[in-house]
Formats: sequence, structure tokens, C-alpha cells
Amino acid sequence: MKKNDVILQTVTKIVFFIILTFGVELFLAGHNSPGGGFIGGLVLSSAFVLLYLVYDIETVHRGTPFDFKRVAALGVLLAVGTGMLSIVFGEPFLTQTTWLVDLPVFGETELGTMTIFEAGVALTVLGVVVTIILGISEDVE
Amino acid sequence: MNLFYSVCLVLVILSMLGLLYRVWKGPSVPDRLVALDAIGVMLISAIALLSILFDTPFFIDAILLIAIMSFIGTVSFSKFIERGEIIDSGSDR
Repeated sequence: MKKNDVILQTVTKIVFFIILTFGVELFLAGHNSPGGGFIGGLVLSSAFVLLYLVYDIETVHRGTPFDFKRVAALGVLLAVGTGMLSIVFGEPFLTQTTWLVDLPVFGETELGTMTIFEAGVALTVLGVVVTIILGISEDVE
Repeated sequence: MNLFYSVCLVLVILSMLGLLYRVWKGPSVPDRLVALDAIGVMLISAIALLSILFDTPFFIDAILLIAIMSFIGTVSFSKFIERGEIIDSGSDR
């Protein structure tokens, strides 16, 4: 059966980047307003799920040349790595610090190691959700 | 002014009940699907009115999230109705 998904694919090409932007915004807003690593990772993974729905698995894998299982592993490595880094500096495990940094465009900004931990959580959620969706969609031969 | 928003909320909930009747009674599956999509839109407007009534901007993220999830759910379900499988493997093209 020949399929014709021109409208759906054209809409997806725009909506994909809107969802990615919203996911990153939720991830960065998690310190002072609703959001955070978990819901940011879920929104990012929903963008990839939309790509898998509209195109097929082969096409999406040609465009994203990384394995989502490795993305989940990288996320766990980041989250545990920030905890280990505090041990290196002689503090208890998972101690978080913040700095006030004068950035060129944003002015005085508060940067913390909590962001790296949250990035680990977001990457883990992204990798796990996409892996689950791909795992249940594959045919068992 | 609060009374106005409360009346609007009641009207939105009444229209949601009408859509729920269509979900319950709808003769075909696409009827139920369109009704569920419209329930998502009604949920968005209900949350916007609640965010005005509670005087807080913290619900705006939930509105965008429900819009995205409703779109993805509708697309996946309509693809299931049309073709029988949701995610193609890519070997057929």
C-alpha cells in the first residue's frame, strides 16, 4: 500500500524543533519554576517518539547516528560522576555547590553542579523511554 | 470578575461532559478519537481558567505539555487505525 504522509511529515519537521526547545526550556527552568530533569527528558523523548511515528525506524536512525542505550548510560555516568567529584574534593557524596559567574551575555548568573546532575537524569530518561518504545515496536521473528 | 471565570469553567466542564457522551456512545472508533482529542483541548482551556482563578503562572507548562501529548496520541492512534501498526520498521520502502 502506497502511503502519502506529506502534511504529517511537513508538520513534524517544524513541531519536532518546537518540542525540543520546550524540553530544553523545562530542563533549564527546573531550579526556580516547574520543570526539571525528569519532565525535560520525557518531553525530549516524546519528540523522538513523534519522529519514529511519522518516519520509520531506519530513516530516523540514519539521521541520529547514536544508540539510545548509550545515551542512557552516559546519563547515569554524568549523575554518578557529579557525586564522585564531591568525594574528590573531600565532601560527602552528592554534595552540590553553586558559583556566581559573570557571563558575557547573560550578566551575573548562578551556575551549579546540580545542572550536571539534572542533565544526567534527563539523558537517562530520554534513553530509557526511546529504548522501551523501540523495544516494544520491533517485530518478533 | 471571578464570577465570569467560574461561569466559563462550568461551561467548559459541561462541554467536556457532552464530549464524554460522544466517547461513550460514538458508533465508530474515529468518533471516539475526535471526541478524545477535543477533550484534550477542553482540558487545556480548563487549566488556563484555573490558572487565572488561582492567580498563578505555574500551570502554563502543563498547558503546553497537554497540547504536545494530545497531538502525539492522536497521531499515533490514527496511524494505528489506518495501517494497523504504529512504528514502521522501514524495510517496506
